[in-house]
Amino acid sequence: MESIAQREAAILEDFSFFDDWMDKYEHLIALGKELSPMSEEQKVEENQIKGCQSQVWLCAREEEGRVFFDADADAIITRGMIALLLRPVQGQAPVDIASYEFGFLDPLGLTAHLSPTRANGLLSMVKQIRLYGVAFQAKRG
Amino acid sequence: MLSDKIRSDFPILTRQVHGKSLVYLDNAATTQKPQAVIDALVGYYSGYNSNVHRGVHQLSQEATEAFEAVRRQLQTRINASESHEIILTKGTTDSLNLVAHGFRSILKPEDEIIVTQLEHHSNLVPWQMLAQHTGATLRYVPIDGRGVLDQAVYQSLLNERTKLVAFNHISNALGTINPVKAMTAAAHAVGAVVVVDGAQALPHSHVDVQDLDVDFYAGSAHKMYGPTGVGLLYGKTAWLETLPPYQGGGEMISEVAMDQSSYAGLPHKFEAGTPNIAGVIGWGAALSWMQQVGLEAIEAHEQALLAYGTERLLAIPGVKIYGVAPEKAAVLSFNVAGVHPYDVGTLLDQMGIAVRTGQHCTQPIMDCFGIPGTIRASLAAYTSREDLDALARGLEKAIALLA
Repeated sequence: MESIAQREAAILEDFSFFDDWMDKYEHLIALGKELSPMSEEQKVEENQIKGCQSQVWLCAREEEGRVFFDADADAIITRGMIALLLRPVQGQAPVDIASYEFGFLDPLGLTAHLSPTRANGLLSMVKQIRLYGVAFQAKRG
Repeated sequence: MLSDKIRSDFPILTRQVHGKSLVYLDNAATTQKPQAVIDALVGYYSGYNSNVHRGVHQLSQEATEAFEAVRRQLQTRINASESHEIILTKGTTDSLNLVAHGFRSILKPEDEIIVTQLEHHSNLVPWQMLAQHTGATLRYVPIDGRGVLDQAVYQSLLNERTKLVAFNHISNALGTINPVKAMTAAAHAVGAVVVVDGAQALPHSHVDVQDLDVDFYAGSAHKMYGPTGVGLLYGKTAWLETLPPYQGGGEMISEVAMDQSSYAGLPHKFEAGTPNIAGVIGWGAALSWMQQVGLEAIEAHEQALLAYGTERLLAIPGVKIYGVAPEKAAVLSFNVAGVHPYDVGTLLDQMGIAVRTGQHCTQPIMDCFGIPGTIRASLAAYTSREDLDALARGLEKAIALLA
């Protein structure tokens, strides 16, 4: 399986082809449309991260020492961001997820999407992803 | 057009955002500041910075005179009968909390407070807190599909237990202009006190508190070309004398002993601590700027652009405008069918167009329409037809990208 670093490199490679913002956002929108939607049973309040601007849902499960996430949002660009954020961490070990910094956002000029002023739920989602890493790590002892 | 003459007064309007010329359409959140306001702030700090109302020295004299001159400017601006009826606060939210806090010792559990579904959270939560504290009951006036308050329900809610009625002059989310004078008269007929949130009215129109006969009126400098962190609370003298002080500290007292103090007279009783002196002085420059441009000219310009913008937006397939009150201020709150407002806002930002998306601190309104939020373009005196053309073009581009 690819490591977090390898997946980050792949994301940077994908975006290196875009030279203007429109291409970049078209790609984000396409990712948002491709993200498989969460089931209605998963889209419950306890999985919901309320933002003033958009809503995000996130849940995680552990299988044989690997963490798998399901996430969704009501806005398509937020969904695209979710697809990007999940790509490096999907199926990784709890210990790697717990300390992951999502460093690829900065070179892509996408850090603003995690700014608290956007109130889109993504900043809380990133924190929640790491917390799941911590929690599953603790569970395994 | 008016905007052609005054745009050069605003240095920020020449800047670029994401490599494009800024199109600023978030004026209901805060307006930009003319050079005269920026100069007044710099002039105060570089020329006569000093604390007000104390100190015998020259600088303190100059600062106090400049500060108090703004109180008189505000008195004239809203036609208050006395300058001590103008309390200088941190802003509208602070003003409304001051009143709500003051009524904690006045309201009884059997009393009723009327608010409306059209309120900004700042004119809703303080009254919820007051109701919680006193045991009084909150009643709500709903809005109809146009975003207009249901006056029949309002009339039916008024009764001898109604002690306080709070509503806005103009809705920040929808632009609805409320019939303040008639609603105030109806509230007074049952002996209720009237508190009006005027934050969105003062930037756009003439306000005469004596004609409206409201008991309290609140506003913010930053929404009317002035600095952030300053606002006003107008209160009729009798009410301001009745209400207890909000905060204790310096400047609000006349005598202080170790066990108790006596309070200063109006307006100082409600102005504890060193005020935002620079902000108030900057506000004075904003008031002068508005007067120079002319309130009627500003209102006429904004209304013409509101009509133009409405037409431009409605020509785009799928656009629905929320808030279609017959009496409406220059706010365009809208959605595009099948598209989330956040996505549109994000793409418009990439094009240098600043709009607000979301609930606009008015969750009850969004719940009423059953929507997660809207895209809001709010206009000001410097808004141009080109700004609205850019919005319409940007919106078409965003829709094409999201389709």
